[in-house]
Amino acid sequence: MSEHHHKETFITKYIFSQDHKMISKQFLITGIIMGVIGVLMSMLFRLQIAWPDHSFSIVEAFLGSHQTDGIMDPDMYLALVTIHGTIMVFFVLTAGLSGTFSNLLIPLQIGARDMASGFMNMVSYWLFFISSIIMVISLFVEAGPASAGWTIYPPLSALPQAIPGSGMGMTLWLVSMAIFVASSLIGSLNYIVTILNLRTKGMKMTRLPLTMWAFFITAVIGVVSFPVLLSAALLLIFDRSFGTSFYLSDIFISGEVLHYQGGSPVLFEHLFWFLGHPEVYIVLLPALGITSEVIATNSRKPIFGYRAMIGSIMAIAFLSTIVWGHHMFISGMNPFLGSVFTFTTLLIAIPSAVKAFNYITTLWKGNLQMNPAMLFSIGLVSTFITGGLTGIVLGDSALDINVHDTYFVVAHFHLVMGVSAIYGMFAGVYHWFPKMYGKMMNKTLGYWHFWITAIAAYGVFFPMHFIGLAGLPRRYYSNTAFPLFDDLSDVNIVMTLFAILGGIAQVIFLVNFFLSIFKGKDAEKNPWRSTTLEWTTPVERIHGNWPGKIPTVERWAYDYSKPGHDVDFVPQDVPLKDGEEES
Amino acid sequence: MLALFYIFIAVAVALGIWQVNKLLSFTKKTITNDNNEPVTAYIVGDENPIATEKNNDLHGKLFLAFLIGFYILMGYCLFFLNDIMLPESASIEGENDDNLFLISFVLIGIVQFITQGLLFGFSYKYRGINDRKALFYADSHKLELIWTTIPTIVLTGLIGYGLYTWNTVMDLSDAEDPIVIEVYAKQFSWEARYAGTDNTLGRGNVRNIEGINTMGVDLKDINGQDDVPVRELHLPVGRKIVFKFRSQDVLHSAYMPHFRAQMNCVPGMITEFGFTPKFTTEQMRLQEETVRKVDGINKIRKEKGEDPYVFDYLLLCNKICGASHYNMQMKIVVEEEAAFYSWLKKQPTLAELVK
Repeated sequence: MSEHHHKETFITKYIFSQDHKMISKQFLITGIIMGVIGVLMSMLFRLQIAWPDHSFSIVEAFLGSHQTDGIMDPDMYLALVTIHGTIMVFFVLTAGLSGTFSNLLIPLQIGARDMASGFMNMVSYWLFFISSIIMVISLFVEAGPASAGWTIYPPLSALPQAIPGSGMGMTLWLVSMAIFVASSLIGSLNYIVTILNLRTKGMKMTRLPLTMWAFFITAVIGVVSFPVLLSAALLLIFDRSFGTSFYLSDIFISGEVLHYQGGSPVLFEHLFWFLGHPEVYIVLLPALGITSEVIATNSRKPIFGYRAMIGSIMAIAFLSTIVWGHHMFISGMNPFLGSVFTFTTLLIAIPSAVKAFNYITTLWKGNLQMNPAMLFSIGLVSTFITGGLTGIVLGDSALDINVHDTYFVVAHFHLVMGVSAIYGMFAGVYHWFPKMYGKMMNKTLGYWHFWITAIAAYGVFFPMHFIGLAGLPRRYYSNTAFPLFDDLSDVNIVMTLFAILGGIAQVIFLVNFFLSIFKGKDAEKNPWRSTTLEWTTPVERIHGNWPGKIPTVERWAYDYSKPGHDVDFVPQDVPLKDGEEES
Repeated sequence: MLALFYIFIAVAVALGIWQVNKLLSFTKKTITNDNNEPVTAYIVGDENPIATEKNNDLHGKLFLAFLIGFYILMGYCLFFLNDIMLPESASIEGENDDNLFLISFVLIGIVQFITQGLLFGFSYKYRGINDRKALFYADSHKLELIWTTIPTIVLTGLIGYGLYTWNTVMDLSDAEDPIVIEVYAKQFSWEARYAGTDNTLGRGNVRNIEGINTMGVDLKDINGQDDVPVRELHLPVGRKIVFKFRSQDVLHSAYMPHFRAQMNCVPGMITEFGFTPKFTTEQMRLQEETVRKVDGINKIRKEKGEDPYVFDYLLLCNKICGASHYNMQMKIVVEEEAAFYSWLKKQPTLAELVK
């Protein structure tokens, strides 16, 4: 495969690159930029929640015509929460996380020269880029961006009469997401084909690192569920532009009856959540995969229960496709369906519990190396447990009645998929930065970044459960219309202060990241003393990954501190000794 | 509070600049290279980008401190934020819900306490020491079996009780002589319609909306003649109420948190929910938890110079529906049956209104 070593121009190397390592960096940088936008939005609406009547010059500066005297308009508040959700879920935690680490690690960890199709990989990135640009452009249309919530339930999202953001803003949102789905599908197909076909000699499926298993299953869920979102979006475009009635029926708005008849918004909810719920695991599984790798390496111990981990990833993936109805217990669907979805939903707690316990057991009697990546991974397990446990309340249809769409839900999903996945992403960046840039990130800044983020994340999202239990609905522009919620305002202020603290902590990361690219200390070949194949490649990150032959895999990925060896790690390409058994 | 906020920001920014400056100042140092020759190097921040024994020790201890802080946060939220919670269920059907919630919450509280303790406790206890070797411990079928079986058993119980509660709440077929009320949602207000003496609602469709007939009742439908349209909900205590929800424009959700009741209002479709009020508004106002919550609220309102708040049941919108979603409410009054009927009698029927 040495034909890869042809001469490259600036454009083929940095822009239209087909090298998986460059594409992964493109995904990461785009994801970081989108992340900055998404986090800034959350700062703005947190200010509004904490001090609804106060004028802020920062609001005046950012929101232009969508504010009056430094107080944002209600429509703009809804737009901010909508776009914050969309950007964080899809652009940062789907493309930014999977796109970055699947691209970087799949060829490196299975021992391949590159992805199965470098060209499709490049197309996947550029479609993602275009969709990001369209999403950003949608922020600047006159009537404001999409503002029907990230779930864009019709009729609100279909009728500009209902909310101004459902005009051009919504059109751009739908176009952007359609392109995004195409990008994601092309990427996922590539990941699946690569993992199935391009594994090096000796790399049996049962020797794959858990990162590979997580990325593989994630790609499979993506291929199964993303097309359904595309069809939901297409039907919505039809309703909006061509007068069909898939989702709309019997509507009277702005003094007139609309012609729509016979459709149902509940159909949209089904289609949306058929993607929407697996999406949670598309976001979360790669983060858990990264964590498995980081925790094993830094505990200097094999991951506990390798096969059980694979089994639980598969169980979670399977169950994730038959639980979408738990978002719709009170949508008006048949209560019998509610019973079925309660049953399937609560089953997910079992494989999730297995994963959490296996991580904890991996730490037990380890020799923990507290690198920044390790701190974030431990943090992930903590938020995954805290957020996951409240899922037992929300997945129970009877309990969901009263906490549905309150801040209890917001707290739950931010911890279990938002914060956890972001922690996984940070862990990945700190851990594999040497493989991306050949440099090391600054450790002390990493520590500061972790501790401030960890305190801020719980400071925001832990008390949030309790204002949800007090009955406070989400997506309220202001809570002052109800004296009932007056006693929640102090908690909201504290949460906003922690949110700002958390936002500032991310500046530390940005400084560290960009400074380390240029000024970081040169990396060694295998700085974390890890067993997986990516650490056998040279620091220079050449096209084709290995200068000579691709190494052959002789053992599983977790021979840390194995008895009978002098060093506390045995890389995967080291042959078994005479009489040594593979674990 | 705002002054505190600005001070907070200023301190955070100053701290940040100081730290970044300290860490990233390029220091010129003499170090030894691989051949033990002294060379001059420019180093960014700390010298070793990989965790040392000292780092392991510090951050292991910090994890322990974090655990203690987290326990304190959990305790604070449980005990001191208790006052802001909703008071006990004001509907009979909601009692099961409260029980189930209590069981679930105690359960997840225990699991949370133990697992976080183990996670951060191990992070502290096994923080890396240079000459120690970790235990090679890759699998144990016994352990795997334990933490697959225990959650399965516990969840089976929770699922069982949950489904029982769900089916009791959602099954409206056996309600004896219920009071039927239509709740009608539109941007951004609520209306309601009592079924009248025949206890049957007249057909409704948005195509019939005209003038005073704002809910689009079919005026040719004989069942609709005695319907009573209102702007404030009154409910008799101890009687089963069956709500039929409709929406005029977009999705709304009728949320009555005190009754543990919520159902979406979907354009083009009628959805249902039912409950039996347990306490009248007056009784609820005297209830201990309510008194405590109202006192807390009024303390805050007094500081701001606002009128004192008196407890009332509420219907809120809980599905994003547009600009004034945050202020779409209707008062609910629960009263003795006699008072309820005398109030209802005073309201004009639809036939009287459109005459």
